[in-house]
Amino acid sequence: MSDLTPILDQWFAGRGWTPRRHQLAMLDAARAGMSALLVAPTGAGKTLAGFLPSLVELVEQPTDGLHTLYVSPLKALAVDIQRNLMTPIEEMGLPIRVETRTGDTSSDKKARQRIKPPQMLLTTPESLSLLLSYPDSAEMFASLRTIVIDEVHAFAPSKRGDLLSLCMARLQRLAPDMRRVALSATVADPTLYRGWLSGDGDLDSVALVEGDAGADPDIAILLPLGRVPWAGHSGRYAAEQVMQQITAHTTSIIFCNTRSLAELIFQDLWAVNEQHLPIGIHHGSLDREARERAEGAMADGRLRALVATASLDLGVDWGNVDLVVQMGAPKGSSRLLQRIGRANHRLDEPSKALIVPGNRFEYLEAQAALDAVEAGERDPDIFRPGALDVLAQHIMALAAAAPFTRDAMLAEIREAAPYSTLPEETFDRVLGFVATGGYALRAYDKYQRIVEGPDGLWRVAHPRFIAQHRLNAGIIVEAAMLTVRFRNGRSLGRVEEGFAASLSPKDTFFFSGLSLEVEGVKGEDLFVRATSRPARIPTYGGSRMPISTNLADRVRHFLHEPEQWPRFPPDVREWLEAQRDRSILPAPDRLLVETFPREGRHYMVVYSFEGWNAHQSLGMLVTRRMETAGLQPIGFVASDYAIATYSLKPVTDPAALFSPDILDNEFVEWVQESSLLKRAFREVAVIGGLVERQHPGKRKTGRQVSFSTDLIYDVLRRYEPEHLLLEAAWEDAKARMTDVGRLGRLLDTAADRIEHVDLERVSPLAVPVLVLIGREKVAAGTADDALLIEAEALVAEAMGGAAAPASPN
Amino acid sequence: MVRFSFAGVELAALVPGALGWPARRALLVADLHLEKASFYAAGGQMLPPYDTAATLRDLAALIESTDAREVWCLGDSFHDAKGCERLADDARALLRGLTARTQWTWISGNHDVAAVRLADHCGGHVVDEAEVDGLLLRHEADPCETRPELSGHFHPKLRLSLRGRNVARRCFVATATKLILPAFGALTGGLDAGHPVIRAAIAGRPAEALIPLADRLLRFPIAA
Repeated sequence: MSDLTPILDQWFAGRGWTPRRHQLAMLDAARAGMSALLVAPTGAGKTLAGFLPSLVELVEQPTDGLHTLYVSPLKALAVDIQRNLMTPIEEMGLPIRVETRTGDTSSDKKARQRIKPPQMLLTTPESLSLLLSYPDSAEMFASLRTIVIDEVHAFAPSKRGDLLSLCMARLQRLAPDMRRVALSATVADPTLYRGWLSGDGDLDSVALVEGDAGADPDIAILLPLGRVPWAGHSGRYAAEQVMQQITAHTTSIIFCNTRSLAELIFQDLWAVNEQHLPIGIHHGSLDREARERAEGAMADGRLRALVATASLDLGVDWGNVDLVVQMGAPKGSSRLLQRIGRANHRLDEPSKALIVPGNRFEYLEAQAALDAVEAGERDPDIFRPGALDVLAQHIMALAAAAPFTRDAMLAEIREAAPYSTLPEETFDRVLGFVATGGYALRAYDKYQRIVEGPDGLWRVAHPRFIAQHRLNAGIIVEAAMLTVRFRNGRSLGRVEEGFAASLSPKDTFFFSGLSLEVEGVKGEDLFVRATSRPARIPTYGGSRMPISTNLADRVRHFLHEPEQWPRFPPDVREWLEAQRDRSILPAPDRLLVETFPREGRHYMVVYSFEGWNAHQSLGMLVTRRMETAGLQPIGFVASDYAIATYSLKPVTDPAALFSPDILDNEFVEWVQESSLLKRAFREVAVIGGLVERQHPGKRKTGRQVSFSTDLIYDVLRRYEPEHLLLEAAWEDAKARMTDVGRLGRLLDTAADRIEHVDLERVSPLAVPVLVLIGREKVAAGTADDALLIEAEALVAEAMGGAAAPASPN
Repeated sequence: MVRFSFAGVELAALVPGALGWPARRALLVADLHLEKASFYAAGGQMLPPYDTAATLRDLAALIESTDAREVWCLGDSFHDAKGCERLADDARALLRGLTARTQWTWISGNHDVAAVRLADHCGGHVVDEAEVDGLLLRHEADPCETRPELSGHFHPKLRLSLRGRNVARRCFVATATKLILPAFGALTGGLDAGHPVIRAAIAGRPAEALIPLADRLLRFPIAA
């Protein structure tokens, strides 16, 4: 007999269920007054487990105030919550009010919620932060007993996690008895998450509850005709076979690694969709309405397949999905499991998944992912110190709620795990930044946003700064976007301004599953019309997901362990055997560098397996060094597995190109010149509250009225390079955009690990990398001036010499 | 410095986005937008308080390197009417030094038209517009004007993309009788050279975007 109250017992019994072990363990933790981390696979009844103690408490001791706060990374909570919370509450007839509060909630409802909060409030970190900026938050949250954080693995080690952690520290002050509960998919190291959840690092205060493992997933690698192509990275060649699988299953999700690939694969599938099965597309750039339509159609079982990206990695669960297809490399075992978890939400039945590798390296990666899943191995999570721009935003929110003293604020901030070791001096700089921008030149003391009074209390200087904060708060900063529209006004979604700028009228691109022709740009809209002409691919900014370190390790071992090869398909086996005969297959701890001539160029291929982002950075840096060494580099290409450079003169001493001092010298210089840092700066400037967000539709006509953060960056770098925001941007650029951790590890040890093989011709292993040349656009070291000169010449040629360059005199 | 001919007058396009007039030893700049950052700071957006210093330092260097005797600022020299009152002491000293050393004229723009005490604060003298050796100098181009005219106001910028890279650069916009200068201020954004409001200002006439490099002047026809 369980420890549930009778009404819950009856409800479980009425459904023919018994509460699961981990659901009861969550209840035990609650009765002991402990916080808890529940780690369980998808389909284990996690959400109900998280809410169960609150339901029991509310049945046993009904209260009218806010009792439980549920925080999810997604706005779209409706489906899951309906199934796991509202239905039980309705069926038991419990007098518990449950409401949501997100950016989409009406202002009437928001105001009402602050006066009369529901017992259970479902929200996001951003909306919670806004709630905490109101003076009445102290009363609203005083009765709070539990905070439940769903999908904590998806955002704890990120800026949104930083914000949530800070919010928890404040909630704990308002409601000292509040318990913290987090729900997570299976993670590599639950201890890290317990530490994050506790705030103060007291692991003993957080019970670890582990759910039972579900049935092992049924994952296979799809090889059309048993062959793996030499090159490519999308699995597009397998469209027909994927279509057959869609036909053979009830509902499938086809995951793609990028939005542009999703568009292409959607086209490919339509081309072979002879039965006209209903297939949809879903990615983050599509219009919200279009996404919601696709989600609704999936929920109702009206779609047979949905082509999707990471936009579906989280949250949205549909019971009827019975197949997940991963197009291209899986990148990591946790990510693969997360995606597979979208299929079949019954623990006792295996989820079914297919991986379609795009080339032979991707085959090895797919096999590595299968092995890792079987071995229960997860990708490591990297927790880093809390971001300073987020802290600045949080301090402004708390200042809006109530006056504070410096010391009390610092003590509270340090109760948030990511900020537990925040130096006092850094805190003061952030406080100064919030007050006046934090400039060494104290020009803005008269414009202070928050002011310290003679009583030692900091207060907001004017109510308009509070309104300004609420309008601009938030952690997600999108690139400047244009809306893609038909002439009749119908919007299809959004593309990055940079991509739109590269389009001219009559250019074509795939978007939202359609081939579109550009008519022109007007204001914030990119006008298009449907066309039957073939299309270019949209490119979306942002770094790519690199192969995880544990999968990379496994692939390294595959190369060196021929005893593994018999389970590979014949062409992969032959490929590795030929490499062994013609070059070498390095030991896992060695770094193979091949050099060879081909068609008048000299190639160098480095098999470092550190992932696309680190390789892209390294390619830039190494070609610079080659330039300095007079090797006349022409360009490079990077993949998740290797980098290839090509030059007019041969590389004879690779070790000299890969020395660790590259990080101290060229790296810093390169990042500062590149657009990476400017992109990072834009984000920290918005989050930190230095500049206001541009709200869609509110931008004034003409761009001259808005200032660009690039210009601010240039001025700041010139006059105050040590400024807090430049430091924050630098941290972001290093961590997220260049993968400097992996780059550093590679360079620190490269000199001792290099095995240089000088070949007469291209090696088998090099082929999948070299075929990327000419596909990836690389303009290494090309100055803007040179591009402008080239553009002028092109224009002049196209215009029949009408615009001859002016000659200097 | 690259010289070119405009309406029969030899001018020089300077890399930072300024115009030289060798025959008069004159320097022309548009849209300095001094004290833009402090304007926003007063509203709660604490932009770096270095834009005035950066702009004036660049301008002083240019006056020095071109040995200019005359300086013409084609309007919107300050971001707002009170901007000249907010100048920090050292910036004010630098600016007064420059206006004292040269024949300095402030042409009023839409942002600073109400700055009645501009000359008191900064030196130089203020006019609405001027005619100099047959060229009209004003803030905003007049589409109906038939005489040769130099102006600012629009902050023209050329954006183009080649081989997957986007480049944006401040540029001049030139027709046979109109020359629109790029903005010179450190914190001034840009408006696409082909933007409809610029096309309207030049009355839809054929135009080129001019981008000076160190040793040549690039010309890009602006699509009609």
